[in-house]
Amino acid sequence: MRVMVFVKATADSEKGIMPEREMFEAMGKFNEELAAAGLMLAGDGLKPSSQGKRVAFDGPNRTVIDGPFAETRELVAGYWIWEVKDMDEAVAWVKRCPNPMPGPSEIEIRPFYEMADFAGVFTDEEIAQKVQRREELGM
Amino acid sequence: MVERDAGRAIEAVFRIERARLIAGLARLTRDIDRAEELAQEALLIALAEWPARGVPDNPGAWLMAAAKRRAIDGLRRDAMRARKHDAIARDLDEADSPIERIEAAMDDDIGDELLGLIFTACHPILSAEARAALTLRVVGGLTVEEIARAFLSNEATIAQRIVRAKKTIGSAGIAFEVPRGRALAARRAAVLEVLYLIFNEGYAATAGDDLTRPALCAEAQRLGRILAGLMPSEPEVFGLLALMEIQASRLAARAGPDGGFIPLTEQNRARWDQLLIRRGLDALQRAEALGGAQGPYALQAALAACHARARTAEETDWARIAGLYDRLAEVMPSPVVALNRAVAHSMAYGPEEGLRLIDEIAGMNVLDSYAPLPAARGDFLFRAGRMDEAKAAFEAAARLSRNGSERAFLLSRAEACGG
Repeated sequence: MRVMVFVKATADSEKGIMPEREMFEAMGKFNEELAAAGLMLAGDGLKPSSQGKRVAFDGPNRTVIDGPFAETRELVAGYWIWEVKDMDEAVAWVKRCPNPMPGPSEIEIRPFYEMADFAGVFTDEEIAQKVQRREELGM
Repeated sequence: MVERDAGRAIEAVFRIERARLIAGLARLTRDIDRAEELAQEALLIALAEWPARGVPDNPGAWLMAAAKRRAIDGLRRDAMRARKHDAIARDLDEADSPIERIEAAMDDDIGDELLGLIFTACHPILSAEARAALTLRVVGGLTVEEIARAFLSNEATIAQRIVRAKKTIGSAGIAFEVPRGRALAARRAAVLEVLYLIFNEGYAATAGDDLTRPALCAEAQRLGRILAGLMPSEPEVFGLLALMEIQASRLAARAGPDGGFIPLTEQNRARWDQLLIRRGLDALQRAEALGGAQGPYALQAALAACHARARTAEETDWARIAGLYDRLAEVMPSPVVALNRAVAHSMAYGPEEGLRLIDEIAGMNVLDSYAPLPAARGDFLFRAGRMDEAKAAFEAAARLSRNGSERAFLLSRAEACGG
C-alpha cells in the first residue's frame, strides 16, 4: 500500500527557521535507510505557509487567500510517499524517524486510495466495450 | 488489546529487519534454514522482552545479538556435533562482544550481507522458479501461503520447492557472497531474471481470475529498488528497475473493475501513475548515464518510456520505437522481438515495411503456430488494402489462437475484411 507521511508544521518551521546541522544529518541518514529499504517513492520539505496561497471555493466563487495561515498544527512542513506492506510497517518506520523539529512535533500517516477503492466508478458498459477489444496483437 | 497492539508493532519492526537478519545469520551458519529459525527465535525473545523495556534504539543489532546468543546456546548444548560446528561456535564467540561492537560490525557490511543473500537465493544452480520462490521467502519475507497464491500453486509444492532449493545451496557449499570479477556478470543476470520473473508473474498474470497481482509487482519493484541501492553503479540494475517502474505505472489503467484487460492504446492515460513514470524515467536516465543504454533491460525500459511520454496514443513516437526495436533485436534476438519490431516499423513507416519484415520471420518457420504472427500480418495487409489476403491471415490466426475472446476478436477482424 502507498501512504503519504506528513511532517506537521510547528511555530519554528512556520517562521522558516532552518533545522540544526545535526538534525539535517540525522534526517539524511534516515532518508538513506528509507531508500535502502526500497520503500521511498518521493519526499520533500515545504516552505512556510507565509509563501503559500489558498483558494476558497463557495459555489461559483473563488477567493484567493494569501498565507501565512493561523492554525499551525494543521499545516504541513514536509512529506514522504512510501510503499509499505501495511500501516504497522509505516508506523514502525515513522517511529525510527528523528524528531524532525527542535521541539515537540507530529507526523501523520495517511493511506492512498487504491485501485480496488474505485471499483464501480466506471460503468459496466464502458468496461464491456474495452474488454471486447482485446490487446492489439503484438503490441 | 494493548498487548496485542504491542505484539503487532514488534512484528512490524521485525519484518523491517528480517532480511538483513537472515542475511547475516546465513553467512555465519551457511544454512538458510538455521538462519530463519534463529531469526524467528530472536523475534520470540523480542516479543517477550520489548513490551516491558521498549523497542531498543537499534533493533536490528539487538535482534542480531539475540539470535547469535541463541546460536551459541544451541551449539553448546549439542557439543558433540561435527567439527565445522565447533568452528562456527568459535566464530560466534568472537562475534559475541558487547552490542556496540556488533553494531559497528553490522554497519560495515550490512548491505554486503543482504546482497550476498540475494545472490545466493538467485544462484543459477537453481531453476528460475525455485530462485523466485526462495527470494520471495527469505528476502521478501512472504509466507509460503502468499507465494503459493502468487504463483497459483499449492502450498505443499512451493514449500517443497523452497526446501529443495535450500538443500541444493547447502550441499553445493555456496558462500553467501557476491561473486567478483568475471563471475559477477552471469550471476547478476540470474538475479535480474528472477526479479523480472516475479514482476511479470504479477503484471501479466496469464492464468487465474485476476488479470494482475499488484502486490507481487510491488514486491519486485521493492527488491529492484533495494538492489539499485546496493549496486549503484550497475546500469542493467537501473535498466530493469526503470522497466518495472514504468510498466507498473499502467497497472491501474490496464484492468477494468471487472478484471478485464484494456490494451495500451485504449487505456485512459490519466490513470497512469505519474510518480512511477517519473521514477522509471529517472532510473532509465541513470542506466544510460552509467553507459548502459544498449542493455536489454534498458532498451525495453526505453521502449516503455516512449509510451509513457506520449500523452495520447496518437502522439506515440513510432519511429523512435522502431529504432529501439532494431537495437533490441541485435542484443536480444528472438522471434517475438522480431515480430514486435515488424509491428513497430509498420506503425512508423507503413504496412508494406511491416510486411517485408514479417515475411523474413515467416521464412524462418519458428513462429508457425504463434497466432500473433498471422494476426499482425493480417493487420498489415488490411491497412495496405489487400482485403482477401488479410481475411485469410486473420482466419489463420483465429485457428491458432487458444484464447476464446482473442479468437472472437480475430474472427471479427476477418469479418471486417468483407468478401
